[in-house]
Amino acid sequence: MELPNQQEVKKKVFESQLWRSIFRHSYQDNPRNRVLQVASNVWLHLHPVKMQRHAIRLSYTWCAGGLTFFFFLVTVATGVVLMFYYRPVGEYAFPDIQYLEFDIPFGMLMRNMHRWAAHGMVILVWVHMFRVFMTGSYKPPREFNWVVGVLLLTITLLLSFTGYLLPWDQLSIWAVTVGTNMARATPFAGHQGPFADQIAGLTGLVTPRYDARSMLLGGTQVGAPTLLRFYVLHCIGFPILGSALMILHFWRIRKDGGISGPL
Amino acid sequence: MAEATTNPAPNVGEKAHPPRPPAPITDPTHDNHIWARRSFLSLAGWGLFAGTVGVWATAGLRLMFPRVLFEPPSFFKAGFKADYAVGLVSEKYTPEWRVWIVNDEYDGVPQIYALIAICTHLGCTPRWLSLESKFKCPCHGSGYTKAGINFEGPAPRPLERAKIYIGDDGQIVVDKAVTYRWEKGEWGKPGSFLPA
Repeated sequence: MELPNQQEVKKKVFESQLWRSIFRHSYQDNPRNRVLQVASNVWLHLHPVKMQRHAIRLSYTWCAGGLTFFFFLVTVATGVVLMFYYRPVGEYAFPDIQYLEFDIPFGMLMRNMHRWAAHGMVILVWVHMFRVFMTGSYKPPREFNWVVGVLLLTITLLLSFTGYLLPWDQLSIWAVTVGTNMARATPFAGHQGPFADQIAGLTGLVTPRYDARSMLLGGTQVGAPTLLRFYVLHCIGFPILGSALMILHFWRIRKDGGISGPL
Repeated sequence: MAEATTNPAPNVGEKAHPPRPPAPITDPTHDNHIWARRSFLSLAGWGLFAGTVGVWATAGLRLMFPRVLFEPPSFFKAGFKADYAVGLVSEKYTPEWRVWIVNDEYDGVPQIYALIAICTHLGCTPRWLSLESKFKCPCHGSGYTKAGINFEGPAPRPLERAKIYIGDDGQIVVDKAVTYRWEKGEWGKPGSFLPA
């Protein structure tokens, strides 16, 4: 049997309608084609078509923001896997964690990847903030992107905090008891905060039963409703909010003139 | 166009008219009104939008507070007065109800009072250390005297007392839904203690 000509096969594949419908441009190495390749590809277009040489220097950015995003993607991927087994119900949550940890093949790996990537995300988001501060990259025209970054930092911490409750063991229950007790002191909305007594006197609202803390807890103490609320916020609320802000954050880097350069 | 027929095109050499001063507002709807008649539909549209968002936001907020909570009752029966020896801190109901019942003198009055075992720092459960005669929180080291007054660690205020009274059957009832706070001067109020 005669083997088909290699050049012919190549031509058939790369000039087929299917291939050309996905990849519009070839790999000819000339400036115009390189720009077109990047600009016409949904993944590649997240990067600028051209960037300053200093911007890819690792010693300048430490890639801290990029690594934060990478860890976010790791938590999303492993978190979705964990969702196949974990049930956010008072009776099941802790046994499900044990099941994942000790019986499900690779369950321990997935859970620990999720856990360590979450830790890494929190650490690296601070490193990123430190780098941006030290290089003065928060200065105009990038001041609004710093604000978006602070919101993303808050989302990251809230993701960690809500995820902390989900193992449903003593550590997580007490950590969240402590954490949500701070909401008692919310001005106007917490029953031990400033102006709470005045509002309670006028309207009968802002009591231990109806205030910021009980809204978080779904009751007056950490219980099964709290677990469900934190699960929904952890898996849906904060990831969507964070993703939207990340899109804005990355887009603004481009619109504000790319990664800041040395002065 | 009607305008084109009534206003002939200006000649090239003709001097341009000076710009007209704006016509005085004669439309009665412009006088003494905070908005123009023409913006009614726009304002109504935005008003409808804001109203819809407001109603949905209110409904969403209210939905976060269920009418019925599936939580343990806030009160429990705690035996008879005679069960509590003078000077002792009873931990009998602490594991289930997070309350210590103390028979001791406070402010010169011999009394039985119920201290809620929730640290006022950040809500952990302190322990009763009988040898040192103090309540000690394992989380951040807050310490309270037998009366519940904070004297060490980060706790910002004394422990809270729960309502304590004699029920219909002569037994002590402790109701954690009603609390008495030292810093508000509530520890002398009826209900904050039982005369021993």
